[in-house]
Amino acid sequence: MLTIRGLYAGINGREILKGFQLEVKAGEVHAIMGPNGSGKSTLAKVLAGDEHYEVKKGDVLFQGKNILGLEPEDRALMGLFLAFQYPVEIPGVNNASFLRMAYNAKRVHEGKPEVDPLEFDEILKERLKVVEMNPDFKNRAVNQGFSGGEKKRNEIVQMAVLEPKLAILDETDSGLDIDALRIVAEGVNRLRRPDNAIILITHYQRILNYITPDFVHVLFDGRIVRSGGKELALELEKKGYEAVAAYEDASRDK
Amino acid sequence: MTPKTIEDFAKQEYKYGFRTDIEAETLPKGLTEETVRQISALKNEPDFMLQFRLKAFRHWQTMKEPTWANVHYPPIDYQDIIYYSAPKQAAKKLQSIEEVDPELRKTFERLGISLMEQKRLAGVAVDAIFDSVSVATSFKQKLLEAGVIFCPISEAVQKYPDLVKKYMGSVVPYTDNFFATLNSAVFSDGSFVYIPKNTRCPMELSTYFRINTEGSGQFERTLIIAEEGAYVSYLEGCTAPKFDTNQLHAAVVELVALDNAQIKYSTVQNWYSGDPKTGKGGIFNFVTKRGKCLGKNSKISWTQVETGSAITWKYPSCMLIGDNSVGEFYSVALTTNYQQADTGTKMTHIGKNTKSTIISKGISAGHATNNYRGAVEIKKSAAGARNFTQCDSLLVGAGCSANTFPYIDAQNSTAQVEHEASTSKISDDQLFYLRQRGISTEDAMGAIINGFCRDVFRELPGEFAVEATQLLGLKLEGAVG
Repeated sequence: MLTIRGLYAGINGREILKGFQLEVKAGEVHAIMGPNGSGKSTLAKVLAGDEHYEVKKGDVLFQGKNILGLEPEDRALMGLFLAFQYPVEIPGVNNASFLRMAYNAKRVHEGKPEVDPLEFDEILKERLKVVEMNPDFKNRAVNQGFSGGEKKRNEIVQMAVLEPKLAILDETDSGLDIDALRIVAEGVNRLRRPDNAIILITHYQRILNYITPDFVHVLFDGRIVRSGGKELALELEKKGYEAVAAYEDASRDK
Repeated sequence: MTPKTIEDFAKQEYKYGFRTDIEAETLPKGLTEETVRQISALKNEPDFMLQFRLKAFRHWQTMKEPTWANVHYPPIDYQDIIYYSAPKQAAKKLQSIEEVDPELRKTFERLGISLMEQKRLAGVAVDAIFDSVSVATSFKQKLLEAGVIFCPISEAVQKYPDLVKKYMGSVVPYTDNFFATLNSAVFSDGSFVYIPKNTRCPMELSTYFRINTEGSGQFERTLIIAEEGAYVSYLEGCTAPKFDTNQLHAAVVELVALDNAQIKYSTVQNWYSGDPKTGKGGIFNFVTKRGKCLGKNSKISWTQVETGSAITWKYPSCMLIGDNSVGEFYSVALTTNYQQADTGTKMTHIGKNTKSTIISKGISAGHATNNYRGAVEIKKSAAGARNFTQCDSLLVGAGCSANTFPYIDAQNSTAQVEHEASTSKISDDQLFYLRQRGISTEDAMGAIINGFCRDVFRELPGEFAVEATQLLGLKLEGAVG
């Protein structure tokens, strides 16, 4: 599904990712954990094609194709989805028409006819259930006046509508209270399928109580310093990133 | 990876820039009292009209061009303008639209305006104005059956002199301002609409203005009168060919609404705006539009979508004289490349419990300047008057600017005046967000702009709302990318 090799990337001349590697297969959930500034969000933005970030070296193969030269929309149409850490507000554009626009862009890309607002309304009704979103949200402007939790839920609604092959959730859990966290996590679980994959970027172990990862990776200073199963997250929570990273450095020096 | 920046956004070809080759009857350049007399004579006008023009012309000679607007342009040489240019054929009376010169008909068809009634979308009557004259008016007969008069103003001067005499200059007096006074002296054609008492105009009325001749100015004059209990919805559209020289368009529009009457006036302005790279050429759009809510419970709504012209200087206004009368102004002004706009409105509250609403949306891209200038005046007599103003500016890229100049003068303590303003920027973050969902840059930009303009677009008659949306999309096409 996704192979990242020797990725060096940064922003404003500052190198943040320093030789990042990762292999994600269909059906897998990977959690990437790391302290502030370790490169978690840079990774998300680089994969999605944010032009503010520069890629110096490395390959990102998505479904066998190097996507680093592709526009963000082309990557999206291939099935790459980013749930944003800070979803932006778009005044005057209502959610339903925004979602339909995105849905239709995907349909057209797949050579299928566009759906009209009535047909889409039916589709949306189903998908909204995934995160227990109140249907009146459809008529509100995209993210405008949304609470932090609603914004994050809206990201998962979009994921439900677009059914991506690979979803990257960038700190979708941060800023959520326990109830919202549970709703979002359950939403993600419902969207888990053998033919798609999820990269879960997070600070905290707590979302992993709800979403069970197949792999946990520790990101430190721009590269993965340790990988393991879900128990690694617990160890991190107990010992802290510094200790785990130091352990790794020590073992590598041997 | 090719970087896509918002700065590139405002680049798109003007698709109405073609010119029609047609034999024209043209007065030599320059403006003297003789020019004014010639125009009047060419139109075979009654004496009162000539006197109106002459008074205006003499007054104009004492006036100075205003400089208070926040727009910058080289001085206009008023002696270097053609004040009258008409396709030859227009000189003789046409029995039907079928007789219109095929070249002219083709021109309007290329503009998407069919003069042939059967081809025209049902429910819209069109008056087509080419340079200085009206070339065709459709559905005239059908309208007359309802008692509605819709004809070129030059024809109204002949056929309905009493109405013209009574109302022309009653809203915008010939002394009003430099450009309106100039128009009063040299106006060549325009539309005239009269809706009799308790009549709802059976279809949308529309005038399409086309400037064709290089070096000519267009000075049209529109007069709309809605008698007691009447209703009319009127639309105007404008285009011009591409020329390197600037062309002056100085129009006057006067609206009169009597008791319980309602006039809805919509404009989609897309004059040639000059070369996108150098700013050379383009129309100077200096227009005076004003409506008088003379009767009680009357209502006048201005909706404008201003996307063209090198310079727009325009303040469609309402004088709310009748008690409980209502004035509305909904505006989207888009400036890209080197365009400049200084536009807004003036609401003068005179009658009791008069209400006005102002919604202005300015979009600025490229190196353009966009100014909102609005005045709300509440006179002593206007007890219980209310105004709500909202003006929002949207900036696209870093080279443009937006300014807001609101003036409020409330002389009655029972009045309520509200003003809200905002300035926002289309951010790369918004675009990236939409693109990450598989939406193309162009569609993303369109969605953001349309979202911003939604409050205004929904005031436009259906068909025009679609057109306006597309027009904005076209105008901004390629601006990111």
